[in-house]
Amino acid sequence: MAGVETDSQLSMSASEPIAVIGNDEQLRHCIQCGMCSGVCPLGYLMDFPPTRMIAALRSRTFERVVRSDTIWLCVACSACTTVCPTQIPLTRNLMTWTKEERVLNGEIPEELQAALENSQRYGNPQGESPRKRTDWSRGIESLVPVMGRDTRQADILWFVGDYASYHQRVQPATRTLALLMYRLGVNFAILGPEESSDGDSQRLAGERGLFELLAEKNGRAMRKYKFREILTTDPHAYNALKNEYPQLGISYPVRHYTEFLAERLDAIRPRLVRPLKAKVTYHDPCYLGRVNGIYDAPRQLLQAIPELELVEMPHHRQTSLCCGGGGGGMWLDGFQWEKAHVRLSEWRVREAVNTGAEILAVACPYEASRFEDATKTVKNAESLLVRDVIELFADAIEPLKGGEL
Amino acid sequence: MKIIVPVQFVPDLVEELVVDERGDRLDPYTIRWKLNEFDDHAIEEAILIKEKYGGEVTVAAPDFEGVEDALYGAAAKGADRLVRLGADFEDGANAHALACLFLPVINEFKPDLVLTGVQAYNHLDGSLGALLAAHLDWPYVGYISGVQPGSQSVSVRKEYPGGLTAVFEAALPAVLGIQAAETPPRYVPIAKIRQVMKTSRIEEREGALERAGGIAPTRLVPPETGSKATMLAGDIDQVADQLITILRQQGLV
Repeated sequence: MAGVETDSQLSMSASEPIAVIGNDEQLRHCIQCGMCSGVCPLGYLMDFPPTRMIAALRSRTFERVVRSDTIWLCVACSACTTVCPTQIPLTRNLMTWTKEERVLNGEIPEELQAALENSQRYGNPQGESPRKRTDWSRGIESLVPVMGRDTRQADILWFVGDYASYHQRVQPATRTLALLMYRLGVNFAILGPEESSDGDSQRLAGERGLFELLAEKNGRAMRKYKFREILTTDPHAYNALKNEYPQLGISYPVRHYTEFLAERLDAIRPRLVRPLKAKVTYHDPCYLGRVNGIYDAPRQLLQAIPELELVEMPHHRQTSLCCGGGGGGMWLDGFQWEKAHVRLSEWRVREAVNTGAEILAVACPYEASRFEDATKTVKNAESLLVRDVIELFADAIEPLKGGEL
Repeated sequence: MKIIVPVQFVPDLVEELVVDERGDRLDPYTIRWKLNEFDDHAIEEAILIKEKYGGEVTVAAPDFEGVEDALYGAAAKGADRLVRLGADFEDGANAHALACLFLPVINEFKPDLVLTGVQAYNHLDGSLGALLAAHLDWPYVGYISGVQPGSQSVSVRKEYPGGLTAVFEAALPAVLGIQAAETPPRYVPIAKIRQVMKTSRIEEREGALERAGGIAPTRLVPPETGSKATMLAGDIDQVADQLITILRQQGLV
């Protein structure tokens, strides 16, 4: 919990969430159609899927909802919010507030507790040293300027994110993006050890105070340097920076790397010379697609690769299935397995296999490891490759010439 | 029941440990201190006792980096009084020195129970609890995973290897070395910490570190790598053959 400040303007009182739920006008717009519970990937296992939560609220028996631990099955995928005909922000409010109430009561699964404590102390859920946040750039340090160490300004501030920085499966994709930005002559820098977790998944896991603490730390670091806009590798960071940070007074233009590259596609296209003769299907991450409406940019990048054939899974774009990692799901695998005996990542990989695709392309750092694990247990999925869009895209660019890095 | 929990800090092993130029200590500028994990259990056990039987919990901590986080964290869990002990910690503090530092606070607060974490991995000179008990001339039981206080005495559960559990009765006041709280340390939400930071007060005490007693390292070195593992190459049958040869050479089969 290093760095908690007493003079924070953002602290909320410890008994707020339940009162907020009780007073929320929007929840009164519910017509009890049940679509939210029907579309929820794990709603059938919840004691109180969203419709029943609202019914309990109306019958003044909401304390029963708070007592049930099946709220932790919610992966904050926003499927319920998207189908709601009266546009109630169920994920952001009702589901998250209910988790907040449990967190404040100390009723929290042990594995999630560890991730939250790590985020408090180390600024990342994995519990890695903040000093090692730039270790992914080992060997190419000179191409990855760090704010405060190498420079104090850049056109682009690259917010790398926790999993892109620390996760061994994701680090190669992070290095690939760094090299690509260097080759494209993009003037960028990273925050390095001053970067903390974006905090969005912690927020959606019910730890609002921790989210605010992490946001404040990032905000303080960002204010020290000059840059035009933020680029991020992580849809969760994208969502936090775009939709949540401005409410805390931290406001910068932000783009996901797929948007950033898609905008430059005309200039890059002549250099996309290496074909990839393969059937590829693309998984829309919840916080890039459904929540923030970015469906086309990643597809444009894939379709620009010569000979690549893009096929869609039955659930795509707005109806995409969650990988299971959102809303704290990344840190609740044991709990979810115990409760559900299903893995959302396996459902998704089964769909990918059924399209006949050889490659499942992803654009969120939570996904590669989740889907790759699922290929080991899903029938006929052994040969399905899981690759980040950035890796496929960078592979298609003309080979390096002598002397060029 | 009045309980005091004297806590200490250990180097965070998430960061690399660097031996400084003097060669007999860790570089104080690269260490990141964290609350000793066993002390976290001692705090939790104290709060659990208070919740079950009533009473007052005081947490006392030396003024290391992170002391406020530890104290406010304890307050958010339910600790009533927080004490910060100032002294010159430039050279760290071994268990003997810490025992002398905590002693006046224990004498001042006159607790029925002193709960300490049973050990700390940076201590080479024994456990703080046992040393405190020796100074106070109170009973001490270590490696405790269950505490049930009575009016004159405390009943404690201690686990032994091989699945054996012993129950001891100790006269109060007593010092206990906590191995594990009855339930794991609870999560403290940031909102609660922010709240107690506005309402709790940290009491300050000044002390001096008695350097006499205990042992002092003369040289500190990272472990040296000996011979590395041999990797067996080839297909599964070749690997099995090599393995059998090695086991035969060692006289194991």
